[in-house]
Amino acid sequence: MSENLNNEIFTIGIGGAAGEGVKYVGNNIGLLLRDLGFQIYLSLDYPSLIRGGHNFVRLSASVDKIWNDHAKLDILICLNEKTAEIHKSELKEGAWVLEGLNNEEILGKVREFLSTKGLADFASGSVAPKGELIDGNTAFAKGLQMAGLDFYFAYPMTPSTSILHYLASKQTKEGLKVIQPENEIAVINMALGSVYTGKRVAVGTATGGFALMQEAFSFSGMAELPLVLAVVQRQGPATGVPTRSSQSDLRFVIHAGHGEFPRIVLAPGDPEECFKAGIEAMDLAWKFKSPVIVLLDKALSEHIMTVDIERLTQLSLKATAGEENANIIFPGTPEKVVKVTSYEHDEEGITVDKPEDVKTAMDRRFAKGEKIKEEMNNRETIKIYGDTSSKNTIVFFGSSKSPILEAAKLLEKNIKLVQILWLEPFDSEKLKKEFEGMNKIICVEANHSGQLASLIRERTGIEVTDKILRYDSLPFEPEELALQINSILK
Amino acid sequence: MAELNLSTKAKITWCPGCPNSQILVAFRKAVTEMVENGSLKIENLVAFAGIGCHGKISDYINVNTFTSLHGRLIPAMTGSKCANPNLNVIGFSGDGDSLDEGIEHLIHAAKRNSDITLFMHDNRVFALTTGQFDALSPKGFKGKSSPFGSIEEPLNPLLLLLSAGATFIARTYAGDIAGTKKIMQAAMNHKGFAFVDIIQPCITFFDTRDYFKDKIYWMDEGLPKNDLKFSIEKVSENQNEKVPLGIFYQVERSTFEEELYKSR
Repeated sequence: MSENLNNEIFTIGIGGAAGEGVKYVGNNIGLLLRDLGFQIYLSLDYPSLIRGGHNFVRLSASVDKIWNDHAKLDILICLNEKTAEIHKSELKEGAWVLEGLNNEEILGKVREFLSTKGLADFASGSVAPKGELIDGNTAFAKGLQMAGLDFYFAYPMTPSTSILHYLASKQTKEGLKVIQPENEIAVINMALGSVYTGKRVAVGTATGGFALMQEAFSFSGMAELPLVLAVVQRQGPATGVPTRSSQSDLRFVIHAGHGEFPRIVLAPGDPEECFKAGIEAMDLAWKFKSPVIVLLDKALSEHIMTVDIERLTQLSLKATAGEENANIIFPGTPEKVVKVTSYEHDEEGITVDKPEDVKTAMDRRFAKGEKIKEEMNNRETIKIYGDTSSKNTIVFFGSSKSPILEAAKLLEKNIKLVQILWLEPFDSEKLKKEFEGMNKIICVEANHSGQLASLIRERTGIEVTDKILRYDSLPFEPEELALQINSILK
Repeated sequence: MAELNLSTKAKITWCPGCPNSQILVAFRKAVTEMVENGSLKIENLVAFAGIGCHGKISDYINVNTFTSLHGRLIPAMTGSKCANPNLNVIGFSGDGDSLDEGIEHLIHAAKRNSDITLFMHDNRVFALTTGQFDALSPKGFKGKSSPFGSIEEPLNPLLLLLSAGATFIARTYAGDIAGTKKIMQAAMNHKGFAFVDIIQPCITFFDTRDYFKDKIYWMDEGLPKNDLKFSIEKVSENQNEKVPLGIFYQVERSTFEEELYKSR
């Protein structure tokens, strides 16, 4: 790995105890750099406690698009004594270590640093900002708002809680309502009660909370109630490492709920895709009267990027809403009776158990599943980056997009990058085409068992040639990832 | 106005003679009268159910119904009521359904005074699963899962709900159709969380008809209904002697749904 990766990328670390303002200082530096026209990526590492411990914000900035923060620091800002000791091995040669400064002094030092790096144009404020600083959860919540969200139900659980906080602050007297019920089981059942009356509804939780929702998730499939679920992965199993990231629940969500029923699972990989997924999920839920999961993870949910949300909002204004709902009847309609049930039922909603009636009902729901598969032709189910003529490819989903796209800047050979955005249904045909004639197919994912690799084999018959797995609760680092990929491609 | 038809094509599958049929009759009468006197629009009535013998009722009433999961009707009811406050949201549940599986929802619905009405079919046994003890079975109850007698004391649901904050608490007896109808109407007209304990002997697995026959009596309607201390005493009376029926408690308090739309 070259020490001097890219002169235009610089990285600032801020460390201190929980409660000492690490995030505050990090955000202020982020805002300053954004205002000066930089693109930034800000990551946040913190333990599950309120005061003390060690919190660390790391922020990389670049004049060009930056997908991920880097490990080596140009500036280390120490809000307590321990920080310098903990992070000394991460310093670049000649890095600045700042101690005992207040917020204003820190920002002044950052400006000074820019001048010494020949970025004075930026420091003078003559470059226009490239967008807003936004994390995946907030972007997703903004997408839901764009899609006409009426109700959001959630029980607090890291790392999904910031969706609850954001939407709670956006409530209006007659519009959006946010409700925090007694537990996750109440969350999803309340949500289904609201959907029954015709409201556009979402719930959000971490994967542990989603585990509690399984029976009602299955009910939403059985009763064909349109519901959007944000499911945020964190390092498990069980309570696991609550404030750290993971991609170990891919298999869990695509198979979630007992019994068999169609569902849609979307896996955005950055805040921009989270925003779009919020809109698309609600649209799909109502179009197909189906539960739709948007699978997130801690890194995606909480890490911050520069996104031109204004442009995205304008692009999305024309999208979604209305038409598909026209033929659905809700309670309160004169002369109509609306029956919803968790039992197997006929089209009137009356319980059935004759084998031929059961089969008819199953076939009816799975005919809808086929329609969802056809819908994939109109949707961006996979995305391709990098060198499309390369005979080597990296395949991934979710938040791994960030470190992989950043690592791609550092690779010795050009490579094709394939991101999977729809995990269920799975776009086997498109993927098979992308994998045709490949020498190396490297699957990168943050779990122990290579869940995406096994899913690819199951749905396409293609075995990836190499796997890069990480399951220590931290997201991939671009530099380290680039080294691993380079050694595979040697 | 067209004749109100509250029956459906579904065949009733309760045991012949099951008091659930009497609850069904009382409910149809209660609704018919309310629609006729203009206090209820039939399209705005939504009947929820849990899972258990009681839950079959949704198939037998030609109104909007939402047959939830076991123990989960109450959050769904609140979800519907806050999404459309014009709906009259009622639910049929069982003691196994709302005092075993979903008890947290019952307590929280009372706490937040959600404007919904719960009719609890109280048979003091898990019936549909062929007779095991439940939260209301007396200590010593012998069933297939407690062949030597249950070792647990039963809950007192009315006392529990009084302390949780319910604003309407009543008890009735399924065999008294006229009395049950009247209580159902009072509960449905109440603004706030209404809980009605409907004693419904399970004639197959825990036949308490003879036990209750001589013990039930209707309380004097003139007794205070807004005195929490008095109501607590009244619902705490030893049921081995007398079992009072009627409204134990009824007060006004702002509802969850009112508060939701009052605030931002």
